[in-house]
Amino acid sequence: MTPGAPLARLALILALGLAGCGGEADSAIDHAPASEKPAYGDTFIEALIGNISGLIPNVLSDSASFEVGSLLYSGLVTRDRDLNLIGELAESWRFSKDCLDLTLHLRRNVRWHDDAPFTAADVVFTYETMINPKTPTAYREDFRAVASVEAVDPYTLHVRYKQPYAKALQSWGVWMLPKHVLEPYVREGRLREAPQNRSNPVGTGAYRLKEWKPGEKVVLVANPDYFDGSPYIARIVYRIIPSQATIFLELKAKGVDSAGLTALQFKRQTEYPAFRKAYHKYEYPANAYTYVGFNLRDQRFADRRVRQAFAHAINKREIIDGVLLGLGRAATGPYKPGTWAYDPNVKTYPYDVDTARTLLAEAGWKKNADGVLVNRHDQPFAFELLTNQGNDERKKVAEIVQASLKELGVQVDIRVIEWASFLKEYIKKRRFEAIVMGWGIGLDPDQYEIWHSSKTGPDELNHISYANPEVDALLERGRTSCREEERKQYYTRLQEILAEDQPIIFLYFRDALPVVSSRVRGIVPSPNGILYNFHKWYVPKHLQRYTAE
Amino acid sequence: MLGYALRRLLLALPLLLGITFVSFVVIHLAPGEPAEVQTGDLSIQSDAQARQLLRETYDLDKPLHVQYARWLARLVRLDFGKSFSPDARPVLQKIGERLPVTLFLNIIEMLVIVGLAVPIGVLSATRQYSLFDKVTTVFVFVGFATPDFWLALLLMILFGVQLGWLPISGLRSLNWEYLSFWRQQWDFLGHLVLPILVATFGGLAGFSRYMRQSMLEVVRQDYIQSARAKGLAEPIVIGKHALRNALLPVVTILGLSLPGLIGGSIIVESIFAIPGMGQLMVQAVFERDYPVIMGNLVIVSTLTLVANLVADVTYSFVDPRIRVGARRGRR
Amino acid sequence: MGGVVVVCLVLLALLAPVIAPWNPNRPDIQKILDGPSNAHPLGTDQLGRDVLSRMLYGARVSLAVGFVSVGIASLIGVVLGSLAGYNGGLVDGAIMRLVDLMLVFPRFFLLLAVLAFLRPSIWTIMAVIGLTGWMGVARLVRAEFLALKEREFVIWSQAVGASGFRIVWRHILPNAMAPVLVAMTLGIPAAILTESGLSFLGLGVQPPHATWGNILNEGKDAIEIGWWLSVYPGLAILLTVLSYNLLGEGIRDALDPRLRQSAARFVSRAR
Repeated sequence: MTPGAPLARLALILALGLAGCGGEADSAIDHAPASEKPAYGDTFIEALIGNISGLIPNVLSDSASFEVGSLLYSGLVTRDRDLNLIGELAESWRFSKDCLDLTLHLRRNVRWHDDAPFTAADVVFTYETMINPKTPTAYREDFRAVASVEAVDPYTLHVRYKQPYAKALQSWGVWMLPKHVLEPYVREGRLREAPQNRSNPVGTGAYRLKEWKPGEKVVLVANPDYFDGSPYIARIVYRIIPSQATIFLELKAKGVDSAGLTALQFKRQTEYPAFRKAYHKYEYPANAYTYVGFNLRDQRFADRRVRQAFAHAINKREIIDGVLLGLGRAATGPYKPGTWAYDPNVKTYPYDVDTARTLLAEAGWKKNADGVLVNRHDQPFAFELLTNQGNDERKKVAEIVQASLKELGVQVDIRVIEWASFLKEYIKKRRFEAIVMGWGIGLDPDQYEIWHSSKTGPDELNHISYANPEVDALLERGRTSCREEERKQYYTRLQEILAEDQPIIFLYFRDALPVVSSRVRGIVPSPNGILYNFHKWYVPKHLQRYTAE
Repeated sequence: MLGYALRRLLLALPLLLGITFVSFVVIHLAPGEPAEVQTGDLSIQSDAQARQLLRETYDLDKPLHVQYARWLARLVRLDFGKSFSPDARPVLQKIGERLPVTLFLNIIEMLVIVGLAVPIGVLSATRQYSLFDKVTTVFVFVGFATPDFWLALLLMILFGVQLGWLPISGLRSLNWEYLSFWRQQWDFLGHLVLPILVATFGGLAGFSRYMRQSMLEVVRQDYIQSARAKGLAEPIVIGKHALRNALLPVVTILGLSLPGLIGGSIIVESIFAIPGMGQLMVQAVFERDYPVIMGNLVIVSTLTLVANLVADVTYSFVDPRIRVGARRGRR
Repeated sequence: MGGVVVVCLVLLALLAPVIAPWNPNRPDIQKILDGPSNAHPLGTDQLGRDVLSRMLYGARVSLAVGFVSVGIASLIGVVLGSLAGYNGGLVDGAIMRLVDLMLVFPRFFLLLAVLAFLRPSIWTIMAVIGLTGWMGVARLVRAEFLALKEREFVIWSQAVGASGFRIVWRHILPNAMAPVLVAMTLGIPAAILTESGLSFLGLGVQPPHATWGNILNEGKDAIEIGWWLSVYPGLAILLTVLSYNLLGEGIRDALDPRLRQSAARFVSRAR
């Protein structure tokens, strides 16, 4: 989930996990000789491990649909290579002094894929769609802060907020939907059944849909009328290949041009000359971290010293090396190192079993003669660590955590549970003692939904039932301030408290590990990953492999 | 016999009703609720209002018997409902686009398996403990014990990556639309070779072992001995008299496998990236896409009932002494 | 011969704590996916654990699950199949419709429901696999019964007033066992692999504990660089099937002469 950053596409460009601080040494550095001028043409084949579930990403939540959607649609604003918000369909904008009024000026040369002009009426329509109670969207939250949206003229938009909202501008990165196509469907609450979602999406993006064969492939073709100029690569084929092993073999046989790799493949199976010649490898921290969470309603975990002791007893380095083969960064809090809100100076918990023992002893837990950690009443410290099926990484984390806590005399039983029942029966009902899970984080530091004490209901996201009045206040102030320097102070303090409190043990930010065929040029690795400028990628004429009809 | 078959068919209707009801209840009561499957970290994107809306749209807030009644009312009009997944497409359409591939693959596999397994079984039975018997025994068990994914990847590496003779995955090449009709068929078949090979190798053991075992039983029977004593040539004894009787377990197993024809192997489908029924159903199950699950269930149960009826009727052709449906001791 | 191997496998499993060279569950990240060596004769897995030790410990679960659940399934299948085949009529109809129901029932949801009430343990696993796997055996046995009960020797023993149970037990059942033996042989590896499938749901053996099935599964992602993770458990399963198959053959051959005698006796009396 993208806490509080429902702004689908920003989080989602990361679908491939391609966000972060520049690649390491072996990323492709673009050195185009004069002979390799940008050229139109060729087909780019990308392997997707999961099916796409529809063509209107505003009502979807799977990463494959977002990736495809980000090429079909555009928003008013987007993020550039350095993660700054820049105009996309909006040319410029202005906030009032009190941050309550936002005026956006739209580009005048934008056309929908069916040639209708894109105007402010479409923006108003998109807003109305997002707040319509009949629209099954998970990204409504951002628009609840809006008091009114009004088209001043076809190319000027005026938005009024009830109170200052930190994510006001970012939220207008939402994918714009065509009013002239979708209006009746939204009114009847049948948006998902519209041809727009199944066969004929009308967007303003750089690519148009040519064909979607469920479970098999999605084919996009360049949109010659794209407002920023026709993209170079003429055709994109997303092939759905559910097996990671097969994807890798297809890469070897040059059946696909791009795919995300596993750490094992990246580290141990691609270090030979033929592969390095055919593909460029990229490596950035993804916008997601993995953690061990505790149910704070459980008396044992409610004691901060116990959580701190566990943080000392779990060796993050060992986990990163063991699970990711080193391809990840230790997390000290909920923000990614290198982003503006991140504070490097918080309290850390170096691996130290003795300190852990001391802290546990203070909390009343001591090892007995059999080496079992017990309290005053001789009850052993034993708990169940749950995680979801389908994520091998988390399973391995659980296994290492189990072995580490065994050193302290704590008995951990692992249970891996199928996703839908895991959510419904264990997470939502709070029927767990501890979990290994991950959070996908947005590009805005607002994490109200995760940490605020009001968000502990069954369908809400503060699963661990964390409640800290100071944190609540900081979160409230952080999301209602529109000045970055001010917000930074709040979030620095938030990180200090979370580091001290350890409501969860922050483990690591995994690296995203995509590879792209080396014949593709124009890729510039950046803190925002590589995909942000896809429409500028090209294959020099003499290297083009496919002729698209 | 005809009367018996008709009676069974009549009985099938209430039975089908019972099966769907029991399944409907269990499926809905089992833990979990319709959710989009997320295995990444962008996981629990959720909006309480959206969740509630979906529950209402799908009638999940109604009592179970109301839900079942509505489902049934639609079903009698042959309306299998709409999928719960975000594309909200009709169930029949979703199944319809997956079924042909799966059916095609499975039928070919079944033909190859039976075509190979029956002779293997017969020959190894008539030459019990010969070298042929021992070799084929080990061979079919190796096939059975070899994990599908392992064999599949091995073959893909060999024929796809190293030799480049066959495509690695998928159903069609990317330039398929631009090929001539015959090239298209050729291309399609090329994609099917490896999946069929993998599934066949794994499936040989079942049929050939049943065939061998029951052949061993039959050749020891008195009527076979007496046929031999009458001086009939061995091929006639085996081929005409023994084989027919020995087919009994094979008929049973075939009957049991028939409904499986519309279900794809999940492992084979995902390794070879074949968009078949197996993948559709796995996704439906993980997403708790009840209409798709129930739609599939109706089809599978109908097929099961029919297949088992057909098997029962076939028994008496294989062994004329068998009279299914007759009560013992009534003559 | 087959029996000897089966006994050896069981002994290895029982003695696992004594002979396993390493702690099977202790991760060692310095040794991730090391190939077979003197220290680790069968290599190490994705968390650097010794595969040999994990195979030995895994044998306990896998063999137990294989044998016991197949035992349960066969027992139920034989009893219900015999009842249906011998009695015919209503009994047959009822039992066979139960088979139909079980065959089409969405097993995944049944397992989920079970999961809601039971904690995963090796007993649950064996019971679940056994109780959901008997339908094939039942139909096979019934088919044999349908054929056998019309044979002369059965009709004769009925004529001389033998009790139903005695006829079934002494005369029909032994002759109907051939396909059951095959079903059992094939059922064992199937059960061993089903166990690792159950782990998916949280019902199987939970990590870090090894079974042959889950070692094999984990090998899937590392097939090109860690062949030993798939090959050794695969071989172990193959060895189990082959030896069990030999054992089954032996049992059948041992049973056989007696069967033919009893059949012949009746036939000669009939004349």
